[in-house]
Amino acid sequence: MSALDKILISSIKKGIVTASVDLSKIEALGLELKEMANKHFGRSFNIREMDTGSCGACEAEIIAANNPIYDVSRFGVNFVASPRHADALLVTGPVSKNMALALKKTYAAMPGPKLVITLGNCALDGGIFKGSYYTEGGVSSILPVTTHIPGCPPTPTEILRALVGLLKCFTG
Amino acid sequence: MEYQTLLEKIQNKHPSILVGANENCDDEIYIKSTPEKFNELCLALHEELHSPVMSMFAQDLESHFRVYCSFLGIKYKKWFFVTMDIAKDTPQFKSIAKEIYSANLFDREIKELFGIEPLGNPDTRRLRLHDEVWPNGFFPLRKNFVPPKETGTLGEYKFTKVEGDGIFEVPVGPVHAGIIGPGHFRFSVAGEPIINLEIRLGFTHRGIEKLMEGKTVEEALQISECVSGDASFAHSWALCHAIEKIYGLKIPERASYIRAILLELERMYNHVSDIGGIATDVGFSHPSALASIIKELIHQLNIQLTGHRFLKGVNMIGGVTKDIDENKKALLLNVLPIILRDFNELKQILSSSTSFLDRVDTTGMLKKKTAEDFGVLGVAGRASGIAIDLRKNAHPAYVGVDFSPQTAETGDVLARLNIRIQEFEQSANLIQKILGKMTPQSINEKSFSFKEGFALGYVEGWRGPVLYWININKERKIERCKIVDPSFRNWQGLSYAVIENIIPDFPLCNKSFNLSYAGTDL
Repeated sequence: MSALDKILISSIKKGIVTASVDLSKIEALGLELKEMANKHFGRSFNIREMDTGSCGACEAEIIAANNPIYDVSRFGVNFVASPRHADALLVTGPVSKNMALALKKTYAAMPGPKLVITLGNCALDGGIFKGSYYTEGGVSSILPVTTHIPGCPPTPTEILRALVGLLKCFTG
Repeated sequence: MEYQTLLEKIQNKHPSILVGANENCDDEIYIKSTPEKFNELCLALHEELHSPVMSMFAQDLESHFRVYCSFLGIKYKKWFFVTMDIAKDTPQFKSIAKEIYSANLFDREIKELFGIEPLGNPDTRRLRLHDEVWPNGFFPLRKNFVPPKETGTLGEYKFTKVEGDGIFEVPVGPVHAGIIGPGHFRFSVAGEPIINLEIRLGFTHRGIEKLMEGKTVEEALQISECVSGDASFAHSWALCHAIEKIYGLKIPERASYIRAILLELERMYNHVSDIGGIATDVGFSHPSALASIIKELIHQLNIQLTGHRFLKGVNMIGGVTKDIDENKKALLLNVLPIILRDFNELKQILSSSTSFLDRVDTTGMLKKKTAEDFGVLGVAGRASGIAIDLRKNAHPAYVGVDFSPQTAETGDVLARLNIRIQEFEQSANLIQKILGKMTPQSINEKSFSFKEGFALGYVEGWRGPVLYWININKERKIERCKIVDPSFRNWQGLSYAVIENIIPDFPLCNKSFNLSYAGTDL
């Protein structure tokens, strides 16, 4: 057993802090996610993340969904570096005017069929930044949005659950 | 030390420079000046206090503009503001950026937001209202601002050009490969080494300072939590601090301690995340995985303490909404040693790898002089030998807790890494100490009366000083809110630290600063 395994196992077993996250629930969600990704996306559902003016908390939670506790990549969900490799575009932020063009270009660079997922309250309609002179008022004013993950920010578990919900839509 | 002696000294050196000084909210001194004497006075304070321009901003008053320039007097435990009034029909002032370089970005900000021209500043390019999408002649922070219609003359941003044989440019961003905020980096390189790096930001500009205007303090508090998500507690505390100063509201000691504990938790999860990030950026995935586990543990601890992983919704005017009761105290005391034990493991892994140390040692050096010139503060400043930490030097919540700022001299990635490691451990100790000082008391003061006025709220967030200057009007609404996140100035430090390094080391240098896009862009 490597040093990391020991630490990982001890951290998870501690249960003092991790009581707020039910690991068996994550496993169950993950297996469902994996089944969907296997079935509809050839075992790999690839996501390109994009920040259009978020405060950074949404990014932190997406990164957390990739940490060893949640580790979404083991369920076939990968965050990729290029829109060319992506099945879905995961967008955060209320869309600052400065990012509108970059958002369109990133979307255009994706191969079809392509999905757009918005994450966090700002991305839905501008959220707390609604009415600002410099925001576009949400992603749907620019791109066709498939689904939305609410929260400020959504927790990694909520992100997992929302992804399961999204992929289930492809059944049938 | 009394600040009057300082003013007398300045008065003796520069006769007739001082018109008068007013105290405001215990620790702020406002010195009224004229456009003619403004720069001389700022320069005198800058030299006497050894302080960079901490914040410089304008305000649109009905009959004229007022410009504020603030300095930190650590010895005096005071903030010094120099003000001048500028007529609206001649919106201009003589720039001080050539004498005090840390004023430069603020000059540019004042120009783009108010249309007040800083005469003599060679660089007045826009920072956030990008020329490509925002027409000329629209100044959002003027009170009579009307957003532009679809049409308007658009321009183009001009990058600094480096020319010569074999020199080429590498443009990167705004969309990066990772899960991270947007920014544009323009490298000029000769072979591998970087000759110049120009960082163009503003991509996440949301118009927060304008959005704040006319809001109630409670609404403003919510917005402050979304200025920079990973420092949401520091930002909301700074806002509360400003408002509480205006109201003359003394918060219960217990509330102050709870705030300090949560601020330290915010520091801990971010520092460990950055330590992991530095490991990631040299391809050392094993410690970075461990770091992310520790970070996750602290997030989950945050949930148990406050119900929110990022400590949002905890600060309120007058104190905090969530108590740290005996059970939570026991939880903290149980968990902190476990976190520290894991952290120690992480430290061991990093310090025992010579190839890792080889990558971070002497990489991305920021000289103390450069850091001072640009006003680089916080973790990056302390790593370059600038021993300013508002917790020690100015903040009342830490009074009576034995604490000294961590500093290093070398200013390289290793120094910034070490500062983070030391501060992580220090924070854990601070939390334990503060827990021991807590006595049963109310956690917020609900009885207070509204007052109009202005004040500066400040907090040493995990990146550095977070400043909120707020003016509340008679209608109990925010009249003006100036936010300075430490990232705003520290980005300049990064662009100097990478010079002569190779592009493949840029992510490493960048991560060692880990500055906020959102906090800079507002």
